[in-house]
Amino acid sequence: MEGRVSSFQSLGTVDGPGVRYVIFLQGCPLRCKCCHNPETWDMHGGTVYSAQQLVERLERYRNYFGETGGVTLSGGEPLMQAAFAAELFGLCRERGIHTCLDTSGCVLNADVERLLDRTDLVLLDYKQTSEPLYHDFCGMHMAQADAFLDVLERKRIPTWLRQVIIPQINDSEENLERLHAVANAHCCVEKVELLPFRKLCETKYAAMGIPFPLADIPEYR
Amino acid sequence: MEHNAWNGFVDGEWTTEINVRNFIQMNYHAYHGDSGFLAGATERTKGLMEKLRALQKLETERGGVLDIDTTTVSSLCNYQPGYLDKDNELIVGLQTDAPLKRGVNPFGGIRMAREACAAYGYKLSDTIEEYFRYRTTHNDGVFRAYTPEMKAARHCALLTGLPDAYGRGRIIGDYRRVALYGIDALIAAKEQDKLDIGKGLMETETIRLTEELFEQIAFLKKLKEMAAMYGYDISEPAANAREAMQWTYFAYLAANKEQNGAAMSLGRTSTFFDIYIERDLANGVLDEIGAQELFDQFVMKLRMARHLRTPDYNELFGGDPMWITESVGGMGENNRTLVTKSSFRILNTLYTLGPAPEPNLTVLWSKRLPEGFKRFCAKVSADTDSIQYENDDLMRSRFGDDYAIACCVSAMKVGKQMQFFGARANLAKLLLLAINGGTDNVFGTQVGPQMGPMEDEILDYNKVMERFKLYRSWLCRLYVNTMNVIHYMHDKYAYEKTQMALHDTNVERLMAFGVAGLSVIADSLSAIKYAQVKPIRNEDGLIVDFETIGDFPKYGNDDDRVDVLAQDMLHEFIDELKKTPAYRGATHTLSVLTITSNVMYGKKTGATPDGRKKGEPFAPGANPMHNRETNGALASLNSVSKLSYSACMDGISNTFSIVPDALGRSEDERISNLVMILDGYFLNAAHHINVNVMNRDTLLKAYEHPEDYPNLTIRVSGYAVNFCKLSREQQREVILRTFHEAM
Repeated sequence: MEGRVSSFQSLGTVDGPGVRYVIFLQGCPLRCKCCHNPETWDMHGGTVYSAQQLVERLERYRNYFGETGGVTLSGGEPLMQAAFAAELFGLCRERGIHTCLDTSGCVLNADVERLLDRTDLVLLDYKQTSEPLYHDFCGMHMAQADAFLDVLERKRIPTWLRQVIIPQINDSEENLERLHAVANAHCCVEKVELLPFRKLCETKYAAMGIPFPLADIPEYR
Repeated sequence: MEHNAWNGFVDGEWTTEINVRNFIQMNYHAYHGDSGFLAGATERTKGLMEKLRALQKLETERGGVLDIDTTTVSSLCNYQPGYLDKDNELIVGLQTDAPLKRGVNPFGGIRMAREACAAYGYKLSDTIEEYFRYRTTHNDGVFRAYTPEMKAARHCALLTGLPDAYGRGRIIGDYRRVALYGIDALIAAKEQDKLDIGKGLMETETIRLTEELFEQIAFLKKLKEMAAMYGYDISEPAANAREAMQWTYFAYLAANKEQNGAAMSLGRTSTFFDIYIERDLANGVLDEIGAQELFDQFVMKLRMARHLRTPDYNELFGGDPMWITESVGGMGENNRTLVTKSSFRILNTLYTLGPAPEPNLTVLWSKRLPEGFKRFCAKVSADTDSIQYENDDLMRSRFGDDYAIACCVSAMKVGKQMQFFGARANLAKLLLLAINGGTDNVFGTQVGPQMGPMEDEILDYNKVMERFKLYRSWLCRLYVNTMNVIHYMHDKYAYEKTQMALHDTNVERLMAFGVAGLSVIADSLSAIKYAQVKPIRNEDGLIVDFETIGDFPKYGNDDDRVDVLAQDMLHEFIDELKKTPAYRGATHTLSVLTITSNVMYGKKTGATPDGRKKGEPFAPGANPMHNRETNGALASLNSVSKLSYSACMDGISNTFSIVPDALGRSEDERISNLVMILDGYFLNAAHHINVNVMNRDTLLKAYEHPEDYPNLTIRVSGYAVNFCKLSREQQREVILRTFHEAM
């Protein structure tokens, strides 16, 4: 089947282990305040590719993957095209390409379950650690992320919890403690990654003529 | 042959014939560990380095040249011994009688020597001028034989950088032979060869070779005399590590005193030295600190090598390079790695002495290299931006396991092959010349078949290619003929006596042609094929610009539609070159390498259909054009790796700059990922890569405040330079290059 792709990054070194080919899928229902890829929001944008075309493209980068690297499916929200993503990851599995899914966990359905069954590693973007803030920050509820994490736990899929740390929003000790507690409560969580807030995306917002919600917050140095 | 100096070595073929490779194979100890054993610099090294830095600073303050001896013609025994600090030097020998003082070498061409002196406020002595009134130089010879067409192609920069006014370089003497055998054994072997040749038919080639052997022997004797001036008798083999390095260095130094070749490469010495070091360590006469000190002092000498160049030359080859290329690592034909502890030690000099462009440290990479060495290389790259990598698996299958790199990317079997260096043809200009039917649109020169500019409103790909092929075959023939003239004359008037004495007498010859502007022509042809290209004519009807409507695939994005245009170009070019026989039975080879001349080539080339404006720089070597890569670093590397080494046996150069953040979050991740990238790139059969791990910001700061960055070293195109020694124009071009910063 076919899916919508926003862009490719042939050298990804910060989204999963080793050297990764990152495919940014098009379409996202969330509007996270720190979103780096506003161009991926539109559900109808991007370029159409078949899963077969994508796996052929990935084959060209296999020699760089070694024993640690592989493909990372990011976005946008890959779960919005879960059936397509499941087909792609199935093709990758057949070829022994390590599959990594970078997601918010905002969707749970049969297609998503199929996708997870073909996923070697999930990068779960656990956006906040308290409910009003969670929904206010991105538009989904913390309970959804928790439910998704429970599925990962049940399926024993290795998971890295990730959170962007933003000054004035979640740079508190309490937040880190709560995040730590979430991680500890799940055997599937192998690692917690704290990502420093960056504003490299501002030029994209400017080009699209929309305001960047966190324009007034300083970057970490 | 038998010598006390060989005690403790395992014998083999090398003991009865000149065979350094066999000596190495029988005696070296591969090392599979990490860099933990390395020692730092000694106080003695630090003291010497301080003196050298002070001189280098003074050199910069004096406009790039510290001093010139204008009254002596450079040769092996023409200068009194010179020292940096006699009491503290473990390895001795300078090109002239004082450190960094340059000699004059007019054998390539007196005009170049004269102009170089003048450019720095000196005057070549009347005695030398007088002497060379009666002595034909290489340059004189070439211009006696150049045809009007050769001169025209040279004048309009279709063929440029031709080695017709100075030493051709790119020849690597097997300097190790002096250490292993001593001079007397080498002389005896050459005398035997001369006798043997005399028993056969004496005709042009054998008579020429006999005369060359006479000269080789004479210069081996001079080499011995030169060493004696420094108090060393090198008749016999070196007896320990310090002597092995000293003997080898004397041989290299002699070559440098005799020749001012563009590239004066060293070869593959570190694993050879390691055998002597291991023996000394085992005998308890050396420790690790001492071993590193020897390497430091050896490398320091290499860093003091200098040739006198004109400003024109610097425009082509920026930063005063010597290409003292040392090839490190690699695998053996028997699958045993050639990495030794000394492979680490020589890279370690970038820490003990600080980063520097020379020697041009070149790692011969294979996925099968020991992991500890790979990681150390990646760390050194990230820390110093001073090393380049070349695909050992590709080269070993063609050159065996005792080859070395001359200049940037030119492989040859050490002591068994030599190269006739051939500069490069400007492909982008050739396309414009074809479209304009034999008139160069920058210089107005008429050159090649005359058929007038194309008259189409929109350029048709097939018609353009039909014309282009016609001009390409014309140029390839002219190019080979031009090279034949140059190398005939160089052999005749500026033969490399010392270096060729350190080759087998029956040497294999390679003739190395080159192309510039590969990415410009690939993207231009892609534009003509996939977009609409409208020629814009001047009042004389000459096509001087283009309007390109629509998008087209661009080289550097792993897009086969355009990458295949670049691939085909190279195959067709070398096939076309091979149609014209090369001087002395040489094998034609091809490189995609520009050094820093991509700036000058661009300056002399009109606007191109890919959107590049008149005068704008080309991308260096085989690099995609700056900032046309939209799919990230690996897509760019994939495009380059599609260029076939079998078509380009003289090398395919790619310069890669990446910001540290794009390689990973921690130092450990960055090292691992860089190793992965190198493994993948070379598994894809790519040939060469320069690695810079740096932020553009650093270069911008160095551009504004050079005084704050006196030692900033970066890889540019097959070599490393001190950034501050580049011209402002070259610096700007380097800053504009793609810095992969994908996150």
